[in-house]
Amino acid sequence: MKFIHIFLIVAIILNFNFLKADEIKTENKIAKNLRCLICQGQSVHDSDSEFAISLKLVIKNKIQEGLSEEQIYSFLKMKYGEWILYDPVFNRNTYFLWLLPILIFLAGGAIIIKRFYNKK
Amino acid sequence: MKSKFIPIILILFFLITFVIFFKGLKNPNIYTPDVNLKKEVPSFKLKSFENDSIVISEKIFKDNDYYFMNIWASWCIPCKKEHEFLMELKKDDRIELIGFNYKDNFTNASSFLKDLGNPYDIIVSDKDGSVSIEWGAYGVPESFLVYQNKIIKRFIGPINEDNLLEIQKIIR
Repeated sequence: MKFIHIFLIVAIILNFNFLKADEIKTENKIAKNLRCLICQGQSVHDSDSEFAISLKLVIKNKIQEGLSEEQIYSFLKMKYGEWILYDPVFNRNTYFLWLLPILIFLAGGAIIIKRFYNKK
Repeated sequence: MKSKFIPIILILFFLITFVIFFKGLKNPNIYTPDVNLKKEVPSFKLKSFENDSIVISEKIFKDNDYYFMNIWASWCIPCKKEHEFLMELKKDDRIELIGFNYKDNFTNASSFLKDLGNPYDIIVSDKDGSVSIEWGAYGVPESFLVYQNKIIKRFIGPINEDNLLEIQKIIR
């Protein structure tokens, strides 16, 4: 009987632990993808500034409210601008940034293939 | 024909790349946040500074009035510097000052106000700083000028004499 009591109490206490392991994982993942705006070269996850501490708390709250990762990113983008995201968004200003490596790769490949066939 | 064509393309390609990167060199690489933004005031629920009553944002910000929302803390040294300008702004009855006490404890904050004077009409306390994030704030001190439920200007860092004149010019 006593054993059941203890078991029930433990089960109830464990249920109160709202933050599940996968929530912590996404929380860390989001914080790692955000730039700490008042620090130099640090992500929000790495920083212990007041700004980063509050931001981590907000991320945690938003996850518990049921917001998806994308929704949290767009929320923060709205508040702080695109600069807060480490991953630059694909738009008119960043076409060159995203497409240049692919272009260079294709051009290089074309040169190699041309040389190869010319030798033949 | 072919051998002439390739070098020209290559030179053009490098030239364009050079121009783009050269222009990029002159861009300032210090992040400057946008200060003239017309964003809606985020709604929030916070505890009042003086007592434990809950203050709702909709009850603070009404249409057709100017509000100066100032994030401050007793532990913040630049806040002391800007305090005299806030006291100056308080004299103007066309604007209402809202204090956001940021991650502070009550005793220190109230002795700060006792020593330097209380410029605020309403003070709420943001104990964990999460509501400041909703406002898009970076830290303390930071201020937002609100009109018709919109943030019309923000001041990052302590306000100075020029900012004060600018605010007085806007609310005139």
